[in-house]
Amino acid sequence: MKLITAVVKPHRLDEIKEALQAFGVQGLTVTEASGYGRQRGHTEVYRGAEYTVDLVPKIRIEVLAEDDDADQLIEVVVKAARTGKIGDGKVWSVPVDTAVRVRTGERGPDAL
Amino acid sequence: MPPGITLAADAPGLSAANTGFMLICSALVMLMTPGLAFFYGGMVRVKSTLNMLMMCFISLGIVTVLWVLYGFSLAFGTDSGSLIGWSADYVGLSGIGINQLWDGYSIPVYVFAVFQLMFAIITPALISGALADRVKFTAWALFVALWATVVYFPVAHWVWGSGGWLFEMGVIDFAGGTAVHINAGAAALGVILVIGKRVGFGRDPMRPHSLPLVMLGAGLLWFGWFGFNAGSWLGNDDGVGAVMFVNTQVATAAAMLAWLAYEKIRHGSLTTLGAASGAVAGLVAITPSGGSASPLGAIAIGAVAGLLCAMAVGLKYRFGFDDSLDVVGVHLVGGVVGSLLVGFFATGGVQSDARGLFYGGGFEQLGKQAVGVFAVLAYSLVVSAILALVLDRTIGMRVGEDDEISGIDQVEHAETAYDFSGAGGGAGSRRTASVPAGTAAAAPQTRKVDA
Repeated sequence: MKLITAVVKPHRLDEIKEALQAFGVQGLTVTEASGYGRQRGHTEVYRGAEYTVDLVPKIRIEVLAEDDDADQLIEVVVKAARTGKIGDGKVWSVPVDTAVRVRTGERGPDAL
Repeated sequence: MPPGITLAADAPGLSAANTGFMLICSALVMLMTPGLAFFYGGMVRVKSTLNMLMMCFISLGIVTVLWVLYGFSLAFGTDSGSLIGWSADYVGLSGIGINQLWDGYSIPVYVFAVFQLMFAIITPALISGALADRVKFTAWALFVALWATVVYFPVAHWVWGSGGWLFEMGVIDFAGGTAVHINAGAAALGVILVIGKRVGFGRDPMRPHSLPLVMLGAGLLWFGWFGFNAGSWLGNDDGVGAVMFVNTQVATAAAMLAWLAYEKIRHGSLTTLGAASGAVAGLVAITPSGGSASPLGAIAIGAVAGLLCAMAVGLKYRFGFDDSLDVVGVHLVGGVVGSLLVGFFATGGVQSDARGLFYGGGFEQLGKQAVGVFAVLAYSLVVSAILALVLDRTIGMRVGEDDEISGIDQVEHAETAYDFSGAGGGAGSRRTASVPAGTAAAAPQTRKVDA
């Protein structure tokens, strides 16, 4: 199993959700996040005083997937998240030892 | 005649129209103080929102009571030595008949007293913006009471009281450029020079937490300012109040545009805070001058004020004084600009016969205006600094550093402005005290939260 994590622009959430549903993903977790990449945030001006806002709002989407689906799922997320502008975010996957569905106690791929 | 014996309807000379107009104007000016609270409240950080609102709001409580007790008498009682007034009838507003008219006008003394009360309330509230985030609330409340007594009431007498020395000299202050804005701005400068900067000033980000609140406040101020300015003729049976209404609107509009233009050229953006600040700068500047200027003059006055105030708010970084919300940059600078511009733009045909430089009047009126500006500025600056010094040395003006960093709302008011937990009741919070008798077993009484 793999855990796919995407840190992306908040306004892409709906597109990503729809793309994942179309792919057949059953569930996901969304968290509000903040951070920066190479673009280092943006500048705001208040009465002439400039503030550099390093940490810009992002959302973090987490999806558990079977090994065979992982690469394809990453592509789905990347395609739905892309705007082509700076700050589009990152997607990665990591191996998962085990997963348990709390209600039934099912383990592994059955728990997805 | 004792009050309440003769019906007000029997009063000869009373104008129902003017009286009604002035009651509405008084209510409009009252609304400016909560408006100011929102204007300031949006500009501070989340952790000190309530404190900022309360620093403005408390003025409604303290100054109102002082005004009735002795403030009205000190400001508008019979003159003594051109410096202060006193009339026993005005103490407690106890010797004033309900049909007694304000001398020379068609409105009752009571109406004049409440209208002027609203000015007395908002002036100390204006100061609070410079002291955001760091002052003990009790020290502030005491400062308001003392400052109103030894600075505002006398200065109001100088500027507007019959026999007051600036009034008699011919200084024009239609609705409070010197008595309200220069007075508050200079006081703010005096106090912050004593109490010092916020922890992290110039280093930590101190962005406004809610620009919508700032805009709401600016809108309420703009609306209330019509009462402030148009009401200052104490009636409108000769149209002067209407001139003032027009001038208030156009000067404010011009100032907002000027501030935004400066921002666009200097910083590249047209900001919400700039629009709100420009509007307030225009309102401040037209306050002393709007009764004597033409609408075109008002546009010029607003534009100059918007531009100069936008430039002035950066001074605190250059000179290193922490005027948190730019009371000096907007109210002191705007007040000085507006008061001096009377000497240029007075047309001679509206509020008085005095003419400014641009209308063939020479330098005379400008000289008088400069005396008024300097006198009020110097007096307010020095006395306010002394008051702050005395309070700081006795009860202490500032909260502890840790308390300032963690947030003054929680420390001074045992409240927080917003509940971000979304978990219904606040993450990790629980009721810990004030359980009614008989059910006391419910919770350990570790801290008193409410009574």
